[in-house]
This record gives sequence, structure tokens and C-alpha cells, in this order.
Amino acid sequence: MTRYIIRRLLQAIPLLFIISLVLFILMQNMGDPLATMGGRKVTRREDRIRLARQLGLDKPVILQYVYWLVGNDWAKTDMDGDGIAETPGSRKGVLRGDWGISLVNRQPVMEVIGDRLPNTLLLMLVAEVIVISLAMLIGIYSALHQYTAADNIITATTFVFYSMPVFFFALLAMYFFAVNFKKWGLPYLPTVGMFEPEIGKTTAQVAWHMVLPVATLSFGFIAGYSRYIRSTMLESLGQDYVRTAKAKGLPRLEVVYIHALKNAALPIVTIVALDLPFLLGGAIVTERIFGWPGMGRLFLDHVSRSDTPVVLGILMMIAVAVIIFQIIADVAYAWLDPRIRYK
Amino acid sequence: MSESTLSQPTKGVVSLTPDELETPPLSLGQLTWRRFRRHKMAIFGSVILLLIMIYAFGGMLVFSEADANRTETGARLQAPSREHPFGTDTIGRDILARTIYGGQISIFIGLTAMVVEMVLGISIGAMAGYFGGKLDSVLMRFTEAVLIIPQIFLLLVMAKYFAQSIPNIKVIGRTLSGSVLVIIFVIGITSWPYLARIVRAQFLSVKENDFILAARATGTSTRDIIFRHILPNSIAPIIVAATLSVAAAITLEAYISFLGLGVRPPTATWGNMLEGAYNYVDSAWWLWFFPGLLIALIVLSINFLGDGLRDALDPHSRAI
Amino acid sequence: MGIDSERILEINNLRTRFHIAEGTVYAVNGVSFSLNQGETIGVVGESGCGKSVTMLSIMGLIPIPPGDIASGEALFRGRDLLKITDSEMEQIRGKDIAMVFQDPMTALNPVLSIGRQLGEPLRVHLGMNKEAVRQRSIELLEQVGIPDPAHRLSEYPHQLSGGQRQRAMIAMALACVPSILIADEPTTALDVTIQAQIVELVQRFRDQMAMSVIWITHDLGVVAEIAERVLVMYAGFIVEEALVDDLYEDPRHPYTLALLAALPRVDRRRDHRLLSIPGAPPNLLVQPKGCPFAARCELVFDRCREEMPPLIEVAGNHQAACWFDVTTGMPR
Repeated sequence: MTRYIIRRLLQAIPLLFIISLVLFILMQNMGDPLATMGGRKVTRREDRIRLARQLGLDKPVILQYVYWLVGNDWAKTDMDGDGIAETPGSRKGVLRGDWGISLVNRQPVMEVIGDRLPNTLLLMLVAEVIVISLAMLIGIYSALHQYTAADNIITATTFVFYSMPVFFFALLAMYFFAVNFKKWGLPYLPTVGMFEPEIGKTTAQVAWHMVLPVATLSFGFIAGYSRYIRSTMLESLGQDYVRTAKAKGLPRLEVVYIHALKNAALPIVTIVALDLPFLLGGAIVTERIFGWPGMGRLFLDHVSRSDTPVVLGILMMIAVAVIIFQIIADVAYAWLDPRIRYK
Repeated sequence: MSESTLSQPTKGVVSLTPDELETPPLSLGQLTWRRFRRHKMAIFGSVILLLIMIYAFGGMLVFSEADANRTETGARLQAPSREHPFGTDTIGRDILARTIYGGQISIFIGLTAMVVEMVLGISIGAMAGYFGGKLDSVLMRFTEAVLIIPQIFLLLVMAKYFAQSIPNIKVIGRTLSGSVLVIIFVIGITSWPYLARIVRAQFLSVKENDFILAARATGTSTRDIIFRHILPNSIAPIIVAATLSVAAAITLEAYISFLGLGVRPPTATWGNMLEGAYNYVDSAWWLWFFPGLLIALIVLSINFLGDGLRDALDPHSRAI
Repeated sequence: MGIDSERILEINNLRTRFHIAEGTVYAVNGVSFSLNQGETIGVVGESGCGKSVTMLSIMGLIPIPPGDIASGEALFRGRDLLKITDSEMEQIRGKDIAMVFQDPMTALNPVLSIGRQLGEPLRVHLGMNKEAVRQRSIELLEQVGIPDPAHRLSEYPHQLSGGQRQRAMIAMALACVPSILIADEPTTALDVTIQAQIVELVQRFRDQMAMSVIWITHDLGVVAEIAERVLVMYAGFIVEEALVDDLYEDPRHPYTLALLAALPRVDRRRDHRLLSIPGAPPNLLVQPKGCPFAARCELVFDRCREEMPPLIEVAGNHQAACWFDVTTGMPR
């Protein structure tokens, strides 16, 4: 098992290199970051050239990639324009932990991302917990009450929610729970940011502000997963081993929640791990709509301002996370299913 | 022992009564149609889809493109009224007309992106699945690499990358911003991996059948084997995936336009009509409600349709 | 053995249907039989004749929609199993009446250990604690002939061989020393050599525990070995019932005759053609009218198609459902 994990990790390394190279090249044409540097318009030509040299933007693409990867403190830059390179660079490169400086606000990339990352993680974690618990409840209930009116309603509703675009749900939810509640004098849900500036970043504030974003992020997944669980539960309940369990006179709860569910829920682990990319994608739209200060919004802001270091940093981080989760998915499934664990 | 009783019929001649229900054999097409028909939701979906198409394309007869783009700053942000049944937007344009013309673009993008995705996905998937070996490994690595980055992130980066001005194009009698083509291209080249994997899986399994072996033994060319033997037998999940990908493409266009990096004005799409509409959630609900509803409806109806197709064409697959 | 002793199970006029999209499946159509304490009966018939459905109906294991027990009684020690509540039935299943199924690979839960599955009836019905369960489980596995039982408890079904899995199933069924064991084709999925071992195993337990056994099979050879009395079923009806020797030597129903004639025999000439019964079993979607075997029977006349013959006593302890007397070839 350990050998398998190591092999997967080793396989991932060239993949990551290639991805980073392709992305890097892709982003060269994203627009001119110098044009909107730190909010000021850099108009003087000398300033632009100096800035370009400082940031290494005047070098060929491949060289820029190398600098990004291994830094430029071993090379010299020509800062004063006399054609002779004399100033050593100050970057250590990604492989030594230096992800560079944001082209937008001159802060280290890691700091910029690190500032926002926890907020997104908070949203995603809470959403995931809610998704799994609700989906299980709904899916199991639906499976146990097949053919009833409740099951039909649930099936129709989950289908609608599963197909609904995230922003439509968000806007409807906002309209209903924030705007209309406010009109009707009910306690209404906030729609912007993580907390009210006047009150400060308290747990209560954050929790209250999280309600709509988390709901928006999770509804599609709840719908999809509950349909999946319903279907695997139905299949499981029809299996011979459930009939045997009943024939042994086991109480219904034990038959359903241990004999049937254990088989039905096994693949969920894999699905949750593999759905990480979609969860992240949903986070971008959600954070945008609700002004949640997370990584998704960060990405959006910095892409529109052509801030390559930050964008690359975020993308590579995501790539690493996705690969790790894929490996976790495979290992977890192999470990949980006794047929694979004890081969 | 008992043989004698059997070989000696005793009373009368035994006449065997037919004891099975007689039904005429049905062709594959008839069988498929029957299963589809039983799927009420799929019929419902198809009807809604048809209505939306009529709305978007037939609406051209009622409103002209100029109507959709005409700004009337005096009539900004008006609630739905008899004059403007869906209200007006931030610069006074009629939303009803814009949803009609915007719908055409959104649907156009969905369909064309699907074609791009199909061409790429089927070629790559077929090659990987049929030839196997080294080619398969390389192609699958490549596919995996694209799949690792979440699609929206890729889309945003690529939309920005290709955002240089592409000249306006003329399609179906309208002049469209070049960004439409960019969006189609970008959605297509980030969506093909999903289809490629399905196609590859199909090829891998169909390839093992004996009739392929027979075809090879009789000297059928590779091209013919792929296009005339394997592909037609794999068509079912491909059709389902292609149908669902139209909905996905429309949704994706809406997402990136909503986030500001999609189709550029003045060309309307349902997606970019939503851009910034969340600022007006409380004051002007009609800005986002109508385009949003239309997107939700078309995605829903395509999903119903896809579900029905899946049950009709491929009853063994497990559908979510 | 126990033919004249106390009647432990009495089934009267059981009818079970299934309501599906295409219509109603008439799976069991008026089955009546009884079982005495310590007796072993065999139930034979081809696939689809309703033998499994009958037993599952008695055990309350038919899913109620689409299943439907239209009429009948299943009296276990005088108590009608078809009328009691689910939780009351749960107390009887696995404890007083146990069942063993055909395919041990699918009948055992792949994600739960053998020890856990074996311990369940002990824990639930006999209230044993963990240590007692473990001890008893090891004993049971030993008794059914599984080597290294202590180790086996923590293993999973896929790690055992087919024969061992079936033995484990039997151990599970017999854990609480039930009064009745219903074995639904327990050897069909196994090799012939293992078959013999399983049959012998069940016989041993039966003798030790004075248990009643209902053994369902389509294999006439196995029935001859283990059963004292045999029921022959066809299309949801019992068509003949007799002591095992009488059935083989003196069959009284055309279907039984045909079945026995179709058996390949070692002592016939090698070029003797194998006989088969012409035609096919009736469509269960059609409400049965008349004798179900009428379409394939050599001795048939109008009454056969109109009216289902009841089980008539044709000899001592021997009943057959036929309008004809097969010994003469004339209707009664």
C-alpha cells in the first residue's frame, strides 16, 4: 500500500511540471499587468522599463519560467539599462518555497493566498459536512420509502436542484431570505462578506454570514449525492445478503443501517474526494455573489488583473490538492472495502 | 418403469395449447422509442426545450435586434409593465427582447461548444481506446492533466488569454462580438476530457467483442473498424453525454459571463445579462430573474431529455 | 423417523402473487402441506414452480409491494405466521425457523466479517455477550468442519472457498438450534463432491438436534438421499406428495412420471435418446385455470383444462392431483 502511494506521488511530479509549464506559457498573453500596477497608471516609459526589468518581464518566456521555478538569485539582472547585468535577483523560486511577488500589490504570493485560503476552507468544510449528512438522510429515507408520494417529490426536487445553476439558486435565496425577510420584518440573512464591520469578526457573525454561501455551495451536491445514495441503497436492499440478514431475524434498523448502508455508502468516500474540483469551482461563483473574502474571489480579481504569480500560485496549489485527494480517494476505497484490503 | 405410460397415448390425441403470450418482435428503434415514451419526464423536458427554442428563435419575428440593443436612458430599471413585459435594464434596454436575442447566442454557444467537444473528445478517446499501449498512456496523462484543474479556473484563465480583440463575426443574420467564438473555443477545449474518457471506456470494451476480431480477420481497414463497427456500437453513451454537454456548456458560458470574463457587450447572452445583477437583488429583481429562469429551464429540460435518452438507449447504466 | 409425531408446521391454501408492470404473477396457487417434528421433507420442481416463493412467504421475506399474500395460513405450532407483526416474526426467524440460501457468495455480506455475521443471531436472539458469542462461534465453525475457526472469525466471505461459505451459512442458521431448517437449494451452486459433504453435514445436525428440515431442490438425486417425504410442485401447485421410496418406485402424477423418465440413467443403453418433456411451463402472468400441466400432458381431456384437480389420496401416505389414474390411463 505504501509503495502504491509513493508510486502515485512520483507519477504526479512530472504531471505537475508539465501543468505548470503549460499554464505559465498560457498566462503570458493574459494582458499587461504593468498597465494596472498597484492601482496607479504607470505612464512614463522609463518607469515601465524599469518595472519590467525588476519583475523580469523583459526576458524570454522560458527563462521567466525557469526563474519562477528555481529563482534568479543565482543570476544577475541588468537594472540600469547599460547592457551589463550586475544586480543579483532576489527570488528563490518555487522549488525552494518562494512563490514570488504579486504583480498587483507587491506582496508575497504566499501571504496573499494565505490570507484568503482559510476563509474558503471554512466554507468548503462546513458545506461538505452538511452535504454528506443531509444527502445520507434524504437518500436513505427516499430509498426506504420507495414508491410513496414523498419519494416521488424528493426525486423530482433533487433533480431540479441538481440541474439548477448556482447563481440562480443564490439569487433566489438572496431575494427570498434576505430581501423579502427584511421587508417583512423577519430576521434576515446577510448577503455580503464574512461579518459586519461594526460588530467585528465574531464566531456568531461569521456563522450567520455563512448561512447563505454554504447553502448555495451545497445545494447542488446535496441533490446529486442523495440521488446517488438512494440508488445504491435500493440496489443494496435488493441483494441476497439483506435477505439473509432478515432471515436471521435481525431487527430492521440493523439490516438497513449496517448490512445495507455499509455496502451502499462505500463509494461515497471516493466521490467526495474526487468532487473537490467541482466544489472549488462552485466556491468561485459563491464567493463572488456573496462577497466572501476567499480564494475564489482572489483568483477572480487577480486573473482580471493579469497577476501571473498569484494566479499560478493558486492553480498549482489546487493541482497539488486535487492530485492528493485523488490518491486519498483510491487508498481510502481500497482500505474500506475488505474485498480489496484482504486480497 | 414409467416409460410405457409415456409412449402410449391413451385417450385422444394430445394437442398442445399455446401457452405463451404472443408479441411481435420489435426493432431496436421501436424498442428505444417505446422506452423513451414511457419516460414522462423526458417528454416533458423535450416539450419545454422546444418551447424555449421557439421563444428564442421565433422571437426574431416579433422583435428586431435593434429593439434588443436600443437604450432608453429615460426608461432605466423599470419594473415589468405592459410596454416592457420583462422590465428594462440599467441603461433602459428591453429585457424581453434581450432574452430573445441573448437566448439565441446562449443556445448557439451551447450547441457549437458541444460539437467542438465531440470532435476532440471522440478523436482522442477513440485513439486511446482503440490503439491502447503507449499512445493510450500518453493521451490519458494528457486528459488527466486537463481534468486536474477545475474547469472554471481553466476557463477563466483561457478566456483572459484569448481576450484580444477578435473581429466581429456574422452569423444567422446577426453581427456578433468575436468573444462569442472565443468562449465557444474555450469551453470546447476544456470540456473534451469528460467525453474522451467515456469514449475510451466504450472502445476498450467493444474492442474485445468477437465481431471485431472477425472484422480484422477479414481484412477490414482500421478506419472502417473504428467508424463502421466500434463507433456505431458505442453511440448510446456518446449521444447521452453530448446532450448533457449542451446544458453544461450553456451553464459554463453563463458562469463566466456572470463573472465578467465571457461574452462582451453589446452582444447579449443570458449569462452576461446576469453580470452585476446581484447588485440589484433588492431593487430590480427582473434584471436577474428572467435570464436566470430561462437558463434554469433549458438546463432542466436538457437534463430530463438526457435522462430519458439514457434510459431509452442504454437501460443498463446506472443513472443518478 | 418422526412422521407420526407432533405437527409443527401446517400450511393451508397459500396463495402468493406479485403485481408488476406487465400484470400479476401467480407464483403460488393454493399450496397446502404439513411438517411434523423431526421430519425431513423434500420439495422438488423446476425453476419457477414456486417452491422458493412458498418458503419465503412462510418466512415473511416476500417484499410487500410488489408481493401480495392473497390468502392462506402458515401455522407454526398453532400460530399463524402470516398474521403476526413484523417484530414478532423477527423473533421467530433465525431462532425457531432458520433458512439457508442457494448462493453463499451473494448470501453473505461482503463487507462484514464472518465472525460478525455468525454472531448476530447469537447476540440478537440469545442475548449472549461478546465473549460468549466468540466462544460459541468458534464451536459452531468447528462443528461444521471449517478448519482454524478462531482465525476465520476475523476473515471476510471472499476469503473462504465456496464450500466453506456454505458451511458458514449453515452454522449461522443452526446457531440458535432452530426447530425447522429451510434449505433453499443449498447445494445447487456447489461442486458435486462438496454437495455430498453439505448434505451429510445437514443430516448430522438434524439427527443431533431432532430438527425438522425442508429441503428445496430441483435435483431428484439429492432428494432421494435426504428426504423422508417429498412434495412435487409445478406452476405454483403441489401435484404429488409421497414418501420418498413410493415416489420413485410408484409415481402417480404425469409430471412426476415425466421427470423421472427424463433422468439420464447409467443402466440404459448408450444409444438411448434422452427424453424431455415437450412444451414449456405455463406463463405465470395468466391466472391459472385447470391443471397447469394440461398443455404438456399425454393424458389430457377437457376436464383437465377446466378444473384443477385436488390432491387425492391414491395410496397410503401418497397423494396426487390428477383426474386420471396413471396406473390404468383412465380418468377416475
